Amino acid sequence: MKIALCVKQVPDTSDIKWTENNTMQREGVESIINPYDLYATEIALQLKKLCNAEITVFTMGPLQASEMLKEVIAVGADNGVLISDRKFAGADTFATGKTLSAAIKKVLPDFDYIICGQFAIDGDTAQTGPCIAGLLNIPQVTYVKEVVKCEGSEITLSRILEDGVEKVKVNSPALLCVLKSEFEPTRALINGIIKAQDSNIKTLTLDDLDLSAEDVGIKGSPTYVSKAFRPEIKHNCEKHMCLENCSGAEIIHSKIKEIGVLNDE
Amino acid sequence: MTNNGILLYAEVNRQDYIHTVFFELANKARELSQKLENAPVMAVLFTKPGMLDDYKEGFTYSGIDKVFVYEDERFEKYSTETYANLIINLIKEIQPEIFLIGATNQGRDLAPRISSALETGLTADCIDLDINEKGMLAATRPTFGGQLMATILCKTKPQMATIRPKVFKPTNENIHTETDFIYKPVKSEDFIDNVQLVEFIKGIEDVKNELDSAEVIVAGGKGMKSEEGFEMLKELADLLGGTVGASRGAVDLGYAPHTIQIGQTGKTVTPKLYIACAISGAIQHTVGITGSDHIISINNDPNAPIFDVSDTGIVGDVFEVVPKLIEILKK
Repeated sequence: MKIALCVKQVPDTSDIKWTENNTMQREGVESIINPYDLYATEIALQLKKLCNAEITVFTMGPLQASEMLKEVIAVGADNGVLISDRKFAGADTFATGKTLSAAIKKVLPDFDYIICGQFAIDGDTAQTGPCIAGLLNIPQVTYVKEVVKCEGSEITLSRILEDGVEKVKVNSPALLCVLKSEFEPTRALINGIIKAQDSNIKTLTLDDLDLSAEDVGIKGSPTYVSKAFRPEIKHNCEKHMCLENCSGAEIIHSKIKEIGVLNDE
Repeated sequence: MTNNGILLYAEVNRQDYIHTVFFELANKARELSQKLENAPVMAVLFTKPGMLDDYKEGFTYSGIDKVFVYEDERFEKYSTETYANLIINLIKEIQPEIFLIGATNQGRDLAPRISSALETGLTADCIDLDINEKGMLAATRPTFGGQLMATILCKTKPQMATIRPKVFKPTNENIHTETDFIYKPVKSEDFIDNVQLVEFIKGIEDVKNELDSAEVIVAGGKGMKSEEGFEMLKELADLLGGTVGASRGAVDLGYAPHTIQIGQTGKTVTPKLYIACAISGAIQHTVGITGSDHIISINNDPNAPIFDVSDTGIVGDVFEVVPKLIEILKK
């Protein structure tokens, strides 16, 4: 079984910088692996254990993102692919999906499963995974929590939804989007770290993909940010100081009566 | 300007009801349509046979001009690929200007498949929509956990967006539209069953629905200090006929279950009264509550940001104020 694991480097802090085009300035900002992608990695590792999968981890980002690929290799991924080119900058979810799917087709055309995190904490769009599935025209399973079973190329997964838990069965090829879990993700062991240091990260630029400059980055993005702003604060709060001699309960009680949520006799 | 209208996805849930977010979208779409020379507002519906009569009123009373109906036994359960392919073909045929989908689990699963196949743009989980001076859809959404808002435009058609439930209100006018119901043909080969449902275990829904429909929500933050702190809030909520919610901080510390989390990574709520107890008011939490009619907050830090979004603020100790309030209410 061959797995393409897609991960993303995201800014660690609330220190957001924007370019003139209202896209994010990534270089020079402290970066971490997207927390959802740690759980996507867990699912890939489960499949490695259960059905002997080989994991190739992909990311699109600046050159420094190869360090993150090495971290994923240190916990058990086998190979790393960095998709990096200035022309990819400013990509929206569609252009990102297009670039990632072209890279997967190039490096791992015989993949069984593509695994992504459900969300990235910077954009919160949850769109890149299903975009890749749509572009490659393969089935998708979103909101994945766990691998229940793996029989040959067929896997059974649990998905957490608004109204309950679904157990679904899917055969390869397919794409999975993975939710966060409560448990701590796997930590790298010393021999993993040594292996990662020696690992060879393959780097792809636009020239290596079957895409043109019009397909990627800002040019290939149907959407663009017209305005970015800080959310407004709406209210004038009627504030009562009751740290000592507190009459807060009485104040709330009369407010509640005034609002009319209380059936007053 | 071409004017092929606004298409909405009418999601049917597991209990065979049309999801409330559809009616919220319908109301907003009628408002947008006025800025688009009264473009028609249309819906696409997948249903098992015999259900349409139950749904008809919902469409006529929410001002939908036209509904494209796909009817078959096999629409009893949602299938990403089947639904996506049929909608892709419908969009190619009717070429709407705008296509809006509720940002539910199903909507967020479905929408990117459609947009990528149509090579068009999609803006996720929007909290506001407008039409700009050029007649384009301006979709506003929170990013970075709600720290920043971005208004996004789309160069291609249809301009697509998923919209977070509960940010718009359904209409309260008494509209009666002459809705056209157009049956679309369905063939056996349209049904793709690559993902098989083995089992469904009904879950957390009940709790979540309580937050959805509650008139009063009493929510606690990290400052509640323990699970026992939340029991006190439960008592207060019961006395007010409401339910309990929690901030992410409280959930992360294990004081309250994840299912009642409110905010960016939890629920968006719109009660008549929201009582925030020992919640500091990080933006990740407040994005989920600003639709409340009235917010009362209790916090011992006079500079807590929760007061910035509150109508009434009590600077005081929640462990003094709440027990006393419970006592008054019991009398």
